[in-house]
Parts: sequence; structure tokens; C-alpha cells
Amino acid sequence: MKKILRIISIILLIALVGIQFVPTERNQSDIEPKTDFLLVNNPPKNVSALLRESCYDCHSNNTDYPWYNKVQPITWFLEHHIKEGKSELNFNEWSNYSDRRKNSKLKSIINQIKDAEMPPASYTLIHREAIFSNSEKEVVLDYMKRIRDSLK
Amino acid sequence: MKKFKATLGILAIVLVTLTTMSCRDNKKEDSHDGMNSEMMDEGHHHDSAMNHDNMGTSTEMMDSHTQSSDAKQVVADYMTLKDALVADDNQKAQSAGKTLLNHLESFDVSKYSAQQQKELKDIVDDAKEHAEHISESPIAHQREHFKLLSKDITDMVAITGTETTLYQQFCPMYDGGSEWLSMNKEVKNPYYGSKMLNCGRVQKEIN
Ligand code: HEC
Repeated sequence: MKKILRIISIILLIALVGIQFVPTERNQSDIEPKTDFLLVNNPPKNVSALLRESCYDCHSNNTDYPWYNKVQPITWFLEHHIKEGKSELNFNEWSNYSDRRKNSKLKSIINQIKDAEMPPASYTLIHREAIFSNSEKEVVLDYMKRIRDSLK
Repeated sequence: MKKFKATLGILAIVLVTLTTMSCRDNKKEDSHDGMNSEMMDEGHHHDSAMNHDNMGTSTEMMDSHTQSSDAKQVVADYMTLKDALVADDNQKAQSAGKTLLNHLESFDVSKYSAQQQKELKDIVDDAKEHAEHISESPIAHQREHFKLLSKDITDMVAITGTETTLYQQFCPMYDGGSEWLSMNKEVKNPYYGSKMLNCGRVQKEIN
């Protein structure tokens, strides 16, 4: 019994090491597009920093890769989220959206932050610093509401 | 040694969980695709049948106040969705969202003026996203998107016109005040369902 366990453990360990060598596509780009949300709207520094820290990993063309994001299977998990997240909302593409889309996106952003759905819990499990405190939440929500009102 | 085993155990659990998690996601997408293509087929039959009906009249149609068959279908789908939300029926709302999405995808804007085409395209693009979310979400999230969808459909009707009278209704309680469209004067609230069925009033009659 003990032996079997040990064999299984060793196989898993080898697998875990093995998958580190599977090539993956990084979501990285040096270009800061002119259509970017932060560039277009030029929010206060603290708001920019919060959005970059908590949202841009999955909702832009440029993910930050600290060491733990380079470890499998975390990279795969992230890759999957980036693909889905970017198709929902890509801050880098902001000014390409029609006013109607912008309005919808802002409303969704507000809902998601208010309901604490974003950033996702599976992500903040590792990225503790991405969690918004209550006051940070207020700052971001106020800002998003202001942008939304300016559309009308 | 003991510690080593425990670590390995934890690693194993993590690995297995993550693997099964990603598998489940894949499967979900698969079945989703399957369903979509099925629905799509249905949609096509439907559409070709409808286009057929309209062949004879299509030339004179768009100048007058007559609503295109596409626009009529979208409003009908929206009403099915609204009724499902009134009835607190998450499943039905999901399938109504899917049907709506299919009909939005085949929405033909070519008969409208250039300016109208642009507006309609924006509307349809936006509405498609809401329909998609509604087709795969729990009911609270469906209602959030239904609010935005209602704005799209209202603006669409302003362009396409409507042959049946629509009532724009308004409930001040939901999310700082929210509107929706109904075929009936009587108020039945899609944002609250049975919880507050009668919240709201008729704001406008659209003919
Ligand atoms: C770990 C990656 C990740 C991070 C970080 C993240 N998101 Fe998302 N986001 C996703 C994914 C995946 C989806 C699509 C699936 C879903 O809706 O859950 C999504 C969807 C969304 C949507 C559309 C949801 C809807 O139903 O309308 C909005 C809006 C959004 N995110 C905003 C944000 C904001 C704002 C932040 C930062 C506070 C953020 N996200 C951080 C991954 C992420």
C-alpha cells in the first residue's frame, strides 16, 4: 500500500515537473494602444493603479507574469481566464467600442465590482493584492459612474 | 519524510482538481456548441420560411412604418424572455436568450438608410452580448443584462417601428430605476418576478 502511494506520488511529481516544459502562449505586448481605457480617459493615478493591479491581467493585451504566474498549471488556468476575460472586455480596445457598448461595459463593470464578482475569487486566492478594500471599491465605482454619466 | 509525503499529497490534490476543472470547462463548451448549431439550424429554417413570405412585399416595405420580419422576431423573442423573468423561470429565460441571440445574428439591416444601419448595427452588437450572457447565467445576472437589453430593444423599435402597440414600463426600485417593454398595459415586473410582481407603471405607449 505504502509503496503504491509512493509510486503514485513520484509519477505525479514527474508529471508536475514535466508540464513546466509545455510551451504556452504569453499574453504580452509592448505596445500601449492609443485606444486604451486609461490613455483615453486619463483617470487619477490611484484609479489607474487599481485597475492595472486588479483587472489588466485578464482584460488587456498585457498580463503581468510574476514567478507564480509562470508555474504550471497556474499558467494554463490564467490563459483560459485571459481568453474569456478579453473577449468580454478588453480595456486596451476601449475607444473602439461604440458609445452604446461603452455604456453597457461600464454598467457591467460597476455591477461586477459592486457584487464582488470581479476580480474572480479563484484569482485573488493567489493575487491577494488584487482584492479591493471597501474604500478602493468606492473610489473605482465613483470613477466608473462618472465616466458613464459623461457618455450621456 | 512525512512532511515530504504531505507536500506531495497536496500537490497531487491541486493537480487533480485543476485537471478536472479544466476538463469540465471544455465539456461545457462542447455541449454548448452542439446546442448552438442545432438552434442555428432551426433559426435558418425559420428565417428562410419568413423571407419567403415577405418576398412579394419587400420593395415597398421599409419606407413605410411597417416592421421588418427580423425586427418583429426580435421583439417576440424579447417578450418570451421578459415573460420567463416575470415567472422567475431561469431555464426558460436561458433558452429565450439563446433564441434571441440566433435571431440577432441573422438580423438583416440592409434595407435601412446608412445612418440607421450604423445605429442598428451598434444596437444589435450590444444586444447580442446581453442575449449571450442571459443564455448562460443565473437569474440575478440575467436581470442585470435584461435592463441593458431593454434599452437596446427600445432604441431598435424607435428605428424599425412596431405594428403592435408596446408599453414602456418603469419600476423605480430596481437598480436606481429600470425600464422594460411589454405588449400588455398591465404591469408585471420582470426584475422582481413574484417578489414584487406589480412594482412599476406605464411610462409611455409606443405605436
Ligand atoms: C483572473 C482573470 C480576471 C481578472 C483579474 C478580472 N476579470 Fe473580469 N472577467 C474574467 C473572465 C474569465 C470573465 C468572463 C466570465 C465571467 O463573466 O465570469 C470576465 C468578465 C468580466 C466582465 C463581464 C461580466 C458580465 O457578465 O457582464 C466584466 C465587466 C469584468 N470582467 C470586469 C472586471 C473588472 C472591472 C476587473 C477588475 C476589478 C476584472 N474584471 C478582473 C476574468 C478576470
